[in-house]
Amino acid sequence: MGLLSDPVRRRALARLVLRLNAPLCVLSYVAGIAWFLALVFPPLTQRTYMSENAMGSTMVEEQFAGGDRARAFARDFAAHRKKSGALPVAWLERTMRSVGLEVYTQSFSRKLPFPDETHERYVLGEWGVPGPRAHLGGRGLGWVSPWRVSWGQEAQWEGKSLVGIGGLEKGGLQRPTTVTLRSPPPYCIQMVSGTNVYGILRAPRAASTESLVLTVPCGSDSTNSQAVGLLLALAAHFRGQIYWAKDIIFLVTEHDLLGTEAWLEAYHDVNVTGMQSSPLQGRAGAIQAAVALELSSDVVTSLDVAVEGLNGQLPNLDLLNLFQTFCQKGGLLCTLQGKLQPQDWTSLDGPLQGLQTLLLMVLRQASGRPHGSHGLFLRYRVEALTLRGINSFRQYKYDLVAVGKALEGMFRKLNHLLERLHQSFFLYLLPALSRFVSIGLYMPAAGFLLLVLGLKALELWMQLHEAEVGVEEPGGAPGPSVPLPPSQGVGLASLVAPLLISQAMGLALYVLPVLGQHVATQHFPVAEAEAVVLTLLAIYAAGLALPHNTHRPLSCRVVSTQAPDRGWMALKLVALIYLALQLGCIALTNFSLGFLLATTMVPAAALAKPHGPRTLYAALLVLTSPAATLLGSLFLWRELQEAPLSLAEGWQLFLAALAQGVLEHHTYGALLFPLLSLGLYPCWLLFWNVLFWK
Amino acid sequence: MAAAMPLALLVLLLLGRRGWCLAEPPRDSLREELVITPLPSGDVAATFQFRTRWDSELQREGGLSVLLKADRLFHTSYHSQAVHIRPVCRNARCTSISWELRQTLSVVFDAFITGQGKKDWSLFRMFSRTLTEPCPLASESRVYVDITNYNQDNETLEVNPPPTTTYQDVILGTRKIYAIYDLLDTAMINNSRNLNIQLKWKRPPENEAPPVPFLHAQRYVSGYGLQKGELSTLLYNTHPYRAFPVLLLDTVPWYLRLYVHTLTITSKGKENKPSYIHYQPAQDRLQPHLLEMLIQLPANSVTKVSIQFERALLKWTEYTPDPNHGFYVSPSVLSALVPSVVAAKPVDWEESPLFNSLFPVSDGSNYFVRLYTEPLLVNLPTPDFSMPYNVICLTCTVVAVCYGSFYNLLTRTFHIEEPRTGGLAKRLANLIRRARGVPPL
Repeated sequence: MGLLSDPVRRRALARLVLRLNAPLCVLSYVAGIAWFLALVFPPLTQRTYMSENAMGSTMVEEQFAGGDRARAFARDFAAHRKKSGALPVAWLERTMRSVGLEVYTQSFSRKLPFPDETHERYVLGEWGVPGPRAHLGGRGLGWVSPWRVSWGQEAQWEGKSLVGIGGLEKGGLQRPTTVTLRSPPPYCIQMVSGTNVYGILRAPRAASTESLVLTVPCGSDSTNSQAVGLLLALAAHFRGQIYWAKDIIFLVTEHDLLGTEAWLEAYHDVNVTGMQSSPLQGRAGAIQAAVALELSSDVVTSLDVAVEGLNGQLPNLDLLNLFQTFCQKGGLLCTLQGKLQPQDWTSLDGPLQGLQTLLLMVLRQASGRPHGSHGLFLRYRVEALTLRGINSFRQYKYDLVAVGKALEGMFRKLNHLLERLHQSFFLYLLPALSRFVSIGLYMPAAGFLLLVLGLKALELWMQLHEAEVGVEEPGGAPGPSVPLPPSQGVGLASLVAPLLISQAMGLALYVLPVLGQHVATQHFPVAEAEAVVLTLLAIYAAGLALPHNTHRPLSCRVVSTQAPDRGWMALKLVALIYLALQLGCIALTNFSLGFLLATTMVPAAALAKPHGPRTLYAALLVLTSPAATLLGSLFLWRELQEAPLSLAEGWQLFLAALAQGVLEHHTYGALLFPLLSLGLYPCWLLFWNVLFWK
Repeated sequence: MAAAMPLALLVLLLLGRRGWCLAEPPRDSLREELVITPLPSGDVAATFQFRTRWDSELQREGGLSVLLKADRLFHTSYHSQAVHIRPVCRNARCTSISWELRQTLSVVFDAFITGQGKKDWSLFRMFSRTLTEPCPLASESRVYVDITNYNQDNETLEVNPPPTTTYQDVILGTRKIYAIYDLLDTAMINNSRNLNIQLKWKRPPENEAPPVPFLHAQRYVSGYGLQKGELSTLLYNTHPYRAFPVLLLDTVPWYLRLYVHTLTITSKGKENKPSYIHYQPAQDRLQPHLLEMLIQLPANSVTKVSIQFERALLKWTEYTPDPNHGFYVSPSVLSALVPSVVAAKPVDWEESPLFNSLFPVSDGSNYFVRLYTEPLLVNLPTPDFSMPYNVICLTCTVVAVCYGSFYNLLTRTFHIEEPRTGGLAKRLANLIRRARGVPPL
């Protein structure tokens, strides 16, 4: 502090920062990246360990032996599912009751902002007059055609289901009478409706204050029927035991995550996303932990565990440790991000493999989408993870008994819990299933990157200051380091226009695509989802053209009297601080997203200025814009998964990801879309503005 | 506490009676009774009652008490024990009194586990014993089995051995039929040396469970996050045509700060104004909130009572040793006079079976019910106690020091002051210069 309050030393320090700014920035950026890469090496990555006493030392003997029963249940479920075309609610109710559970159902419906075309499940709608666009099937953009095919399938599927479940619907929705539609008519309001079924196993001699959840999300096809079978067999086994201290809820949801969200909202009696659902009849107190199960084959070669939840939330590390314990105990092959964990951490191979897993986790967490239905539980402070059975070409396979035993062991240990899981880490990165990096060790990486922005801002601030001093000293200034309110005020006034315009662009990007989809579908040969994505891209591109042309007529009068550089410097200063603030906040809540955006946006942001090789800067800036980052992340993701994308596939995936991002914001409240459109995109436009300052 | 009270009383009486009354009392009867009834959830409840005059011998060897085998009784979903002692008159003029001791044990058997997936039961399956003889001391030893047909069709269930007599009564407003097995009837035991009562459902008992009671309730916490929440109580009135009032008593700990203006009561989508509200606000660390309301429940309706609260921050010594478990909020208490479907006759306590005393009848047209909802578990904002507190304190100190210095630095302007070189000589020179009228150095 003494260093800063002494004006002489302060000036010396300032001069040092000014002179060494570029090397310091480069050093800081390189240090940030290097620190992140170093996270996979043993001093920074540690072995995981069980922190929770209640789950640590206690031994559990698993007795589940209902493999045949699980398979029989799965077969029945798949048959009923195929017959009715939707979740066989009556069969599930009957079966759950027959294994001795207290069974309830919940029906829900949700109006989507636009049709979700990556999942072929959203079929019910108020179909208007068949539109004049039936002939458009093969036209339009190249990436449209697979979606068209899916529409055709949906219409057929709808036709089948009509016979099966038409009687169950109580009304409200008007069922289509013609089922031969091959393309979506205009104005179809996308209503999704479904039914969740859940059974509660009441713990004897307990007052239903706490519960655990085992959930299976069911999509439109009959995948996951083995998971339902295992759930029922486990329920039957658990029902016969007397050691339960917490109620156990066995939940089967329809429409994957939408059903889970509807159930969770109804359970907690809140309405976050505008879901309409019937209130729950049965409850079982505060949910302590949840496990989601996805199995689509009778045998598995490995179990994959997913931890990343909505908005990058993670469950307590102890839950993952618990899973890992039972993987080891049962000799199961367990993977994280689809990767086996490396055995040898001393040589270079182990950490390199760990780095792949770590990067995959960072990309997944940064996407902010729930990777499995566990992701939605985290919002309600219910620790949860998803187990996925993988059936690959490996020789050795495990049957459902092995998976069931692992689940039984996990539930019995969770049953021992005296408190909510809280002992272990909530913020961590995982380079392998048995290795983790805690928040204290990974935050410096983001800190170094953000330091670049700080240093640049400091430099600009001091340059602005010196310019002022330079202008005003001949006029006889009273003191050398007095901040000058009048000239500052003028500088800020010139910033108002570009700031407002870029924020307005962001707002338009957030609001218009969904709002204007009907206008777009009327005037252009596109479906709703395509309209949304195309509008999104159009507004995004339009933003590049707009702001740097509009700031001049508004602000040139004021700026003209000042030094020519002052305008863009002040704007860049504001933009740098704005970006640093945003990235800092994001990195605190979702490190992966913050780090990813900082890695890409920081160099271009630091370099942007209206002199020098402008085209190079412009190219760099475009390549590091949020949308380009998303595209690049998709390529990197598939590369790491060893399934590289071709350019066309990548583009299609990118468009689908945009649609998914918007949809997930509306259906689950994922924050990535508003964050990018309202926060980072306007900020990035400011740099674009700086670059083309005249 | 509730268990300690009768015990203390019991000890007191034990000491007292011996001293007062040395006269030989008339040998009083021991009455024992087992009632088995199905529950709406599908489970089976068994209630034992033993009633005797205090002065008679208490040890029992045969009779119903052979069924009381600990490992089976603790393998159940629920059990409760009670001891009642009351004075009774020995003669019509009540010149001397005697003490009556009544012991009850109620057990709920999980019919699903004991019946291997079916809801049939037998004494042997439930207790792993059968009845072999009546208690030699008992003047009355009976087993009552609820065989009420809830379906309109006859013959949905079957008890074995077939009962010799049945007994009809109005219990909690509905008519019930009980099969009676009198152990003192020698023919009953002598047939096969033991009595194993069995009940079989003739059809899968999907709709055979007794109807849900007219009044039941459910309570839960809604909302998420650690700042706010809502307490919701659902009151169900399943009576087809009668509305009745319910007195709802809530005591909520002070660390849930209730917002009374958010109290909403809705039935059938409309607001339901309580006819009486008594609210006593909480005082921090002294007394909880007390909220008492008289609510009219319309016929065949669900009434939702909800009130929002804010979670308070406790002092760090006030947290329990397991703060992340959550804090319990005690159940709401519902008291109501529930209208009966069938009018009850006034009963003669001495003549009717013992279990009648478990169901007090206020008058013929309705009966009194007191219900407790489930307790709730609410998480409060909890500091991370696994992190030592000194670390938190240190961090706070560092932050405070940094903040102070930075604030100091940012809100002040610095001027460079020329160092005073020369001191005295310079001052003297300035004095001279001033005298000369020349600007000072």
